[in-house]
Parts: sequence; C-alpha cells; structure tokens
Amino acid sequence: MSVDPVLSEAPARPDGPDHASGSAAGPRRRVVRRLLHNPLAVASGLVLVVAVLVGVLAPVLAPYTAEATDFGATLAPPGTPGHLLGTDDLGRDVLSRILLGMRASLLVAVLAVVTAIGVGVPLGLVAGYFRAVDGVISRLTDLMLAFPFLILAVGLAAVRGASLGNAAIAIGIAQVPGIIRVVRSDTLRLKSLDFVAAAVVDGASDLWVLLRHVLPNATSVVLVQATVAVPAAILGEAVLSFLGLGIQPPAPSLGTMLAAAQPFAARAPWNAVMPGLAIMLLALSFNVFGDSLRDALDPRGSRR
Amino acid sequence: MARYLATRAWQSLLTLVLAAVVVFLGIRALPGDPALALAGEDRSPEALAAIRSEYGLDQSLPVQFWQYVTRMVRGDLGTSIRTGEPVSEMLRTALPVTLELSLLAIVIATLLGVLAGVVAAVRRGRPEEWVANGLALVGLSVPHFWLGLVAILYLAVATNLFPASGFVPLAEDPVANLHHLVLPSVILGTGLAAVIMRQTRSSMLDALSADYVRTAEAKGLRPRVVVTRHALRNSLIVVVTIVGLQLGALISGAVVTEQIFTLPGFGKLTIDAVFQRDYPVIQAVVLVTATSYIVINFAVDLLYSVIDPRVRVAGEAA
Repeated sequence: MSVDPVLSEAPARPDGPDHASGSAAGPRRRVVRRLLHNPLAVASGLVLVVAVLVGVLAPVLAPYTAEATDFGATLAPPGTPGHLLGTDDLGRDVLSRILLGMRASLLVAVLAVVTAIGVGVPLGLVAGYFRAVDGVISRLTDLMLAFPFLILAVGLAAVRGASLGNAAIAIGIAQVPGIIRVVRSDTLRLKSLDFVAAAVVDGASDLWVLLRHVLPNATSVVLVQATVAVPAAILGEAVLSFLGLGIQPPAPSLGTMLAAAQPFAARAPWNAVMPGLAIMLLALSFNVFGDSLRDALDPRGSRR
Repeated sequence: MARYLATRAWQSLLTLVLAAVVVFLGIRALPGDPALALAGEDRSPEALAAIRSEYGLDQSLPVQFWQYVTRMVRGDLGTSIRTGEPVSEMLRTALPVTLELSLLAIVIATLLGVLAGVVAAVRRGRPEEWVANGLALVGLSVPHFWLGLVAILYLAVATNLFPASGFVPLAEDPVANLHHLVLPSVILGTGLAAVIMRQTRSSMLDALSADYVRTAEAKGLRPRVVVTRHALRNSLIVVVTIVGLQLGALISGAVVTEQIFTLPGFGKLTIDAVFQRDYPVIQAVVLVTATSYIVINFAVDLLYSVIDPRVRVAGEAA
C-alpha cells in the first residue's frame, strides 16, 4: 500500500512489449494518431506548447521586468494603459509577473519531476527486478511517504533555508514513491514476459536486460506518471511559495504573488484572482493532456 | 491473517524507527551548533551548557538517539523556544482543530466524490459523465488555497454568509464552530473529492462490466439495486484506501487551509514555528506527522484486509 499522496491514480496499462527499439515505431505511431484524433488532447497539447514557450521566452515577452515598480500607478485595475492586467501594491506589472511566475513554476516542476524520475526509476527497476532488495526499497518508500511534501519542505526550510531549489527537492522527493511504485510493478510484469526470459537465456547480464529490455518498455508508464507529477509539482510550488517556504520575494512566483495580494484582496481582487487562474490553466492543461495520453497508451483502446 | 498482521506491524514499526532517525539526524543537520539553535535568545555559555546537558549533546550519537527516543515515548517533546510552553501542550490545543477540519473535509470529499464517480460511471458517454469528469479535472488542477482566497473574497467578505477567519471551539458553541469550518472544510475537501471521484468511477466501470453484475441484472434486479448493492459496494473498498493514501496530501492541504482561514491548528503552529525558527516545535511537528501517517496507514491496511480477504492473501504471498 505505498502510493504517493499526490499521485494515486491507477497506473495505466502500457502497450505490450515493443521488444528492444526497432519495432517500437508501430505502437508509437498509433499513440500519436490516437492523440491527434482526440480534440481534448490537441487543445491541451497546444496550450502546453504555448505555456512552455511562454516560460522559455518570458523575459523577452514580458513588457516590464519583474521588479520594475511604478509608485504612481499602484493597484491599477486591468486594462490600464501600459498595464494590460493591472499592477500590484508596489506598482509592478501583473502581466509581466505572471509570465515570469509561470516560468518559475515550470522550472520548479521540471526540476522536481526530473529529481523524482532520476531517483525513482532506478529504484523501481531494481526493486522490481531483484527480489532481495525489494523489501529494503519498499521500507524506503514507506519512509518517504511518512513525510508529506509540505512537512518535508518545512524540515528542509528549517535546515537549509527556503529557496526555489529546496522547494523543488521537497516536491521531487515526495513524488519518488509514486514513480518507484509504477516502475516496480511494470518491471515485475515485464520480467515475467518471454522476451526477457529469452534475453536471460541468451546470456545477457542483469544490467543489460534492465537497460536494454525493461527500461525502454517501462518508458510509457513513467511518461504517464510524469504528466500527473508535473501539475502536482506546479501546485506544490505555488503552495510553498505562498507560505514563504519556496521562491522568496521579490522574485516572481505565482504563489508569492497570491501571498502579496492577500492583504489588498478586497481593494484589488484581480491581483488575487489572476495568478490563481494562471496556475490552474497550467495544471489543467497538463492533467487533461496526461489523461489523453493515458487513454492513447491503453491497449484496450476504449476511453475510460 | 495473523502472519499478515505481524508483517505489517513489524514493517510499520521499522518505518517509525527510521522516521525517528531521520528527524533526529535532521536536527543535527541544522546549520551551526544545535545548542545555539535551541537556545534562541539566551546564548550565554551557561545557558548553552545547560542545553547541551539537557539534550545530552555532550554524549555519543547512539546514546543521544536512545535518550531522544525515550523522551519522545514519554511524550516529552521539549519546550517551545518562543513561548516557553511545553510543545506537547501546544499540540494538544492545536491538533483537535486540524482533526475536526480534516474529518469534515473527508466526509464532504467522500460524499461528493462517490456521488460524482457513480454518476459518471452509470451515465457513461452522456453529458452527466462529461460534467463530472470536467469537475474532477478542475478539482485536481485548482490550487485550493487560491480557491480559499477567492471564497473569502466573494463569499465571506462580500456577502457575510460565512466568517472569513477565526475559530470557535466545538465545546464552546457547536453551531458557531461548524459555521467557521464550513468554508475551510469544503475547500480542503475539493482536491480529495476529485481523487475519490476518479477512483470511484474507474472501479465502478470495472464493476459494472463484471460477471456478478451481469448475473444480478439477468436475474431481474432493478438497476438501482444492482448499482448500489452490487457494484458500488465492491467499489467502496477503494475509497477506504484512497483516504488513507491521500492522508499526506490532506495534512499538507490542512496546513495551507488553516493559514488562509487563520485557524489555530496544527498547520498554523507549523508555519509559525518555521518563521520563528522554533526548532523544538518544528521537530515535534515533523515527528508527529510522520507517526500519525504511519499509524493511520497501518490502521487502513488492517481495515482493508478485513473488508477484502484478497488483500490478505496477496500480502502473505508477497
């Protein structure tokens, strides 16, 4: 019963074994074709592409820098000339800060999920393949689960100080158990299939079998898990920064923007509404795309 | 069964000990001298020496760990640097608030989640399913602390329907107590409801295509009876585990929700402690969370294996 608290969806059943590379093109093309035939997948995919471009190009796209203050125009409403989405209590341009905040959100999410995959995939492979270490890794997973990400972040902030990097580590560690779980169960499944047995009989080393036969076939479950982990990480970053445990002001973050907007919320509600909508849009497009990907990878083919 | 219980109990105990080791080492990883950190304002050599001997910092690490564990087991969680109050006392006043908030959130999330999940499964391919699925996706994607801010802004401040912040103890005035907790628990429940909805729907879909449901239909039972007595009953097992597994998310969520609605609970204690560098409180908070997570998950496992004998069998085989 070890599941990441934020990621407890049933794991997708991936395609049957593609065997090593080569023949993988067939199923992969089928997945892409299914995605292209799903309007929700196309729409969320487009939003994602735009969001990532915005994240990368934010410093160029933003009309102002994040810290440029205009004390002559504080708490300006949206539509104010020169400030499309208005300004905050220090007269900083909300649109610019949202664009740069999205960049920070995506950066933390990518760092967290890369950490989670980097730690979780090897552990999951080893746990599923070698029965001897399965117990040890399961206890390790239980241990990680016992520290919810916020409590982990609290501990990290106490020991190492609050920062973007520590927020990403806390979120990433919290996601490791989810990755271990799906990779472990997929490794167990793949291990029992004939093509792995054939490789073993053929004299392949354990490392070769894991890297060449098991890992390539486990990529689809990792991919699906990652599409759930990214939006969870985006929400996690917002929470931590909101509480002051993540990105530190004045650096732009959607979470710190909400924290700063709270005292002025009655006078300037747009400041408290728009960063939240940006977070939701990001998370929603990842979640919708992740769902579509899960469906497209489901060999039973039916939407469920 | 006994063997399964013994294995799970042993595993939980082991995890508990490991968690204590992590927290213990975490304190030692604090920047600088832990005695300095624990001392707070009073940094005279005498005070530092007193702290060193009180916390056994002059002993070897294993001895220190043993002393640490025995103190914790006795319920001695140290003294807050900021208030001078025993940490266990602070927890005793804060925990009931969080417990009540979380229980209300679980009840709301389960009612909403199961209902929406059943509707989505039974009305498959119809507008009802799309609405339920869409709401679940939004529930998963919306930052619920932001939802809390918006709710305060548009429901509490603008209409005065609900109090925007504060707390009244249950024993003092049950009606005012619930009134203060309606918004926070609905907000906290949204994310959990979305997860429960998706799992309920998924297991209902499995159940509805299972042979026993077809049998029930074939022998002429009314659809309502088939859905509630047969399919839903089997699907509900999932909900029990989900709540256990989502506990970590619920704890994290409660911390933020309390912060927004300024409820004097566990979360507020935690965040205040971080910003005041109140290390004994931080340490207690981390340890209590880990312990309750492990204990509750053990309890959920037990409950699960009582409800569903298949788990026991699988557990023994593993």
